[in-house]
Amino acid sequence: MKKYDVIVIGSGHNGLTSAAFLAKAGLDVLVVEKNEYIGGATVSRNLHEDWKYSNCSYVCSLFRPEIYRHLNLAKHGLQVVTYNGGFTLTDSGDYLGSYRDHEVMRREIKRHSPIDVDAYDRYYTDMAKWCRFIRPMLLRTPPDPTSFKFRDLDELRWLARKFYDLGPRDLHDFMRFFTVSVGDFMDQYFESDLIKAHKAGSAVVGTNLGPYSPGTAYVLLHHYMGDVDGAVGAWGFARGGMGAVSGALAGAVREFGGEIRTNAGVDQIMVKNGKVTGVRLQSGEEIFADRVVSNVDAKKTFLDMMDPKDAGEKVIKAAKRYKSRGSSGKLNIALSGVPTFTALPKGSELIKGDFHIVDNMEAYERAYDEWKEGMWSTSPYLDILIPTLTDPTMAPPGKHFMSVFVQYCPAKVKGQDWNDDLLKQFGDSVINNIAKYSPDIKDLIEHVEVRSGAVIDREIGLTEGNIFQGELSLNQLMFNRPFPGYAQYRGPVNGMYMSGSSNHPGGGVMGAPGANSAREILIDMNISTTVPEDEGDD
Amino acid sequence: MTDRMNNTYDAIIVGGGHNGLVCGAYLAKAGKKVIVLEANKHVGGGAVTSELSYGKKISSCAHFLNQLNQKVAKDMDLAAHGLKLAASDLSTIALAADGNHMHLSRNDVSGGGVSSDDAEKYKKFMSLMHEYASTLGFLIDIPPIDIFNLDWDDKVAAMKLGWKLRFGLGAEKMSEFLRLISMNIRDVLDDEFDNELLKGALSFDAVLGTHTGPYSPGNFLNFLYRIAAGNNGAVDVPVGGMGAVTSAMKNSSIASGAEIRTDAPVQKINVEKCAVTGVTLQNGEVLNAAIVISNVNLKTTVLELVSTKHFEADFVKRTTEIRMRGAAAKLHIALGDLPEFAGLEQSDLKNRLVIAPNQQEVERAFNHAKYGETSERPMMEISIPSLVDGSLAENGHVLSAIVQYAPYNLKGGWTDAAKAAFLETCINRIGEYAPDIRKHIEHAEIITPKDMEDQFGLVGGNWHHGELTLDQMLMLRPVPEASRYALPLDGMYICGAGAHPGGGIMGAAGRNAAQAILKGEAS
Repeated sequence: MKKYDVIVIGSGHNGLTSAAFLAKAGLDVLVVEKNEYIGGATVSRNLHEDWKYSNCSYVCSLFRPEIYRHLNLAKHGLQVVTYNGGFTLTDSGDYLGSYRDHEVMRREIKRHSPIDVDAYDRYYTDMAKWCRFIRPMLLRTPPDPTSFKFRDLDELRWLARKFYDLGPRDLHDFMRFFTVSVGDFMDQYFESDLIKAHKAGSAVVGTNLGPYSPGTAYVLLHHYMGDVDGAVGAWGFARGGMGAVSGALAGAVREFGGEIRTNAGVDQIMVKNGKVTGVRLQSGEEIFADRVVSNVDAKKTFLDMMDPKDAGEKVIKAAKRYKSRGSSGKLNIALSGVPTFTALPKGSELIKGDFHIVDNMEAYERAYDEWKEGMWSTSPYLDILIPTLTDPTMAPPGKHFMSVFVQYCPAKVKGQDWNDDLLKQFGDSVINNIAKYSPDIKDLIEHVEVRSGAVIDREIGLTEGNIFQGELSLNQLMFNRPFPGYAQYRGPVNGMYMSGSSNHPGGGVMGAPGANSAREILIDMNISTTVPEDEGDD
Repeated sequence: MTDRMNNTYDAIIVGGGHNGLVCGAYLAKAGKKVIVLEANKHVGGGAVTSELSYGKKISSCAHFLNQLNQKVAKDMDLAAHGLKLAASDLSTIALAADGNHMHLSRNDVSGGGVSSDDAEKYKKFMSLMHEYASTLGFLIDIPPIDIFNLDWDDKVAAMKLGWKLRFGLGAEKMSEFLRLISMNIRDVLDDEFDNELLKGALSFDAVLGTHTGPYSPGNFLNFLYRIAAGNNGAVDVPVGGMGAVTSAMKNSSIASGAEIRTDAPVQKINVEKCAVTGVTLQNGEVLNAAIVISNVNLKTTVLELVSTKHFEADFVKRTTEIRMRGAAAKLHIALGDLPEFAGLEQSDLKNRLVIAPNQQEVERAFNHAKYGETSERPMMEISIPSLVDGSLAENGHVLSAIVQYAPYNLKGGWTDAAKAAFLETCINRIGEYAPDIRKHIEHAEIITPKDMEDQFGLVGGNWHHGELTLDQMLMLRPVPEASRYALPLDGMYICGAGAHPGGGIMGAAGRNAAQAILKGEAS
């Protein structure tokens, strides 16, 4: 009977990344996917006529360039196109634009708050500094602070050295940056509430915290440390939608001889005398392998796919305590044309970027308060993009795809499960919010897909729809991710590994957890590694 | 006592709060000629007893003694200098709307519908907390480790810390600690317990005196702090109110040879050739000393007393960025007679009564503070000290409560109307549990964070001269350049709550500062 070297559960981008590097090392790899399509949360779904929806993740920046190069993803059709522009609309009918050109950006900020112009430069330099500091940690396995293994001690030494080299001043700034709320952080720089809100947005995206909750400044960094073609902090679209990312990775897997099976949901990870023997599919079919890599989030992996006896009490408890609360929703909209936003100057290019409609920090925090009470925000923070203005391939000629990310949206509505009626109410409230600024948008809508955390959970298995496969709170980062003792991609039984965003360095379409897990597996097998180290792109 | 005409001292301490008195005592003991200058008519800062109404006295700021540093109490022999406890190790009673209240002691919990399972877990949980506290408590009594120029003591402390974490606690508990350290209290408690009242009461301990709610990451540490400081977090009530603590400290410092002057507000700290030379009082009098120790918060010290021109711009920037938001008010009520708390015996009332029905309600109360509003349904820590200390009320009783949340910068400001309105809210809140309280009220007042700033010099109304959050702790407190009590200015030191280990009537900062100064001179 056929026996694989490695089975990867889940064809999300991290699973495919892990599989590709393992196959590249000459291993016999099988990726099993429960859905009929691959990609997990990196997909281009054809849900309406000739439209392609990036209906989960929708922009690209964090994906590690090392992985892109070493798996030669360009050859497999992945092309990331930078987008420019973006703006925040104000209640007063004004806007704050984002411009790549530093000088133009300064002028725009000056228009709203002259004294914030210099603050903006300081902010920009500091963020770049923290990005450079954190990026080298992404493609490394966190040390176990309680271990005395040489590798752990050496890694701890490396980390300590890195922090020490910052010197007192920068170390203080970093500690502060790492622990303060994004609100307090912004207060150290800017005066204008609009500029604060504009900048703070990404700090709570996908996070069940408010802009004034300590620790959110770090999440801001988590959205900054990416790059497109070496431009740190830049964001772009994967040509053809996010499915292009998983498509290219799948191409790499196959090129190196790996197999991918869809419609193959896993029922249980099979274990015999403390060692992995393979997986049992929901169909009952058993597939055998010496190693199983779960790309599923930590909760589902340990609570749903393992026999508690195999996982062990400690791990079950830790998995139950692992926090993966859903705090966001998404609308995917097919438009028959480009909506007008009355605040914008005619023909402004800004609309090609990400735009937002919360213009002050208090409104932002109040949106969070509603989530705490189990409701979606009546005026939520929206992260809106129209990729088709940059990449026309996603919709029929002249027509457009609009992605609307909604913060906040609860996993249950006042304790009640989501149903079609609630989804409709939620979708309508979001569209009405946009319509306040765009009179013609409703007439342009051809089709809307409304996604709550519950929908995303059911469809692609992210618990409560948490986009990071688990919250990026300080207690769930580095050697605490997903939980202490299991932060090195190895599971509780022999031959079991984890590659998902539940592991360091966490979520976003980054590929780092996948790559790191492959490295650990190859180390255990004494096979020379195919996984690149950080190559210091900047 | 020192001859008044001779205005030259070894060290001048600005501010006669408890940390100033403690610092003065330690320095005097070491043979220094020390003077402590206090702006008010009496020393004591945040630990004072004042008249509430005719024949009734109250602890007007801090009202429980739960963090007093045991080394300080011993070294200064406060007992011998008049500190007596009227009650010690009080238990906490979490009030329930239905009268089925919950009694919490150090490791037992009963009532309030708590399940035997939760009671068991409470034992385990609290003993783990106490283990963490006793393992790491030593950090409170030493200056923060300066990793950038480690002296011998630092190296020892660092090794001790590493050893205690890894071997004192062991791998399991160590990694659990590293997981908990940055968490919010709400998740920690939800992971442990089911009983809402229990979680409400415990979460209140974590948010007490902070500008956080149960959902705010990092305040688990504040919870741990309450246990680590003082006598394992035991809650005591001193005879004569909190003023008795600082008067014992005063007596002790005088006995050790320190001079104390009240009514002596300092106008400025004098600097010549990049070194302090002494202070000038508001009455123009000049006192000389090569060492000046400020018990005032760093912001005021740097911006007003010394003047920024003697410091580098970056240091000044960090100083101005210290977060000092207070969100707690104080409620004082003079009672003709004891109110009836439904479901409580009179003998219960001497304990620490807490109104924090569940974590969600505590968080809701906090929501208001974020927007410069007072809580509609505030949370409270209530004390009726006259039950254990007759000296506080010739007749009737006095009630003192810490009320959260009341923001420092209330929208529209703390006008008399705003104060009156909030006072009503608070009395109604207590009324929910003691319906007949109104008919016993002789006099009632509310002390807002703004009042605390004006009366006790607590800038922003923050008890700690700077919020106790991860980014303002240990080597980062109050700012790195001052974390070792010496400022980047020759002869200038701080000894107040703004420095490590922070506020609460602890005295540790004063002690650590004195030792840092003496050590500096020795080397």
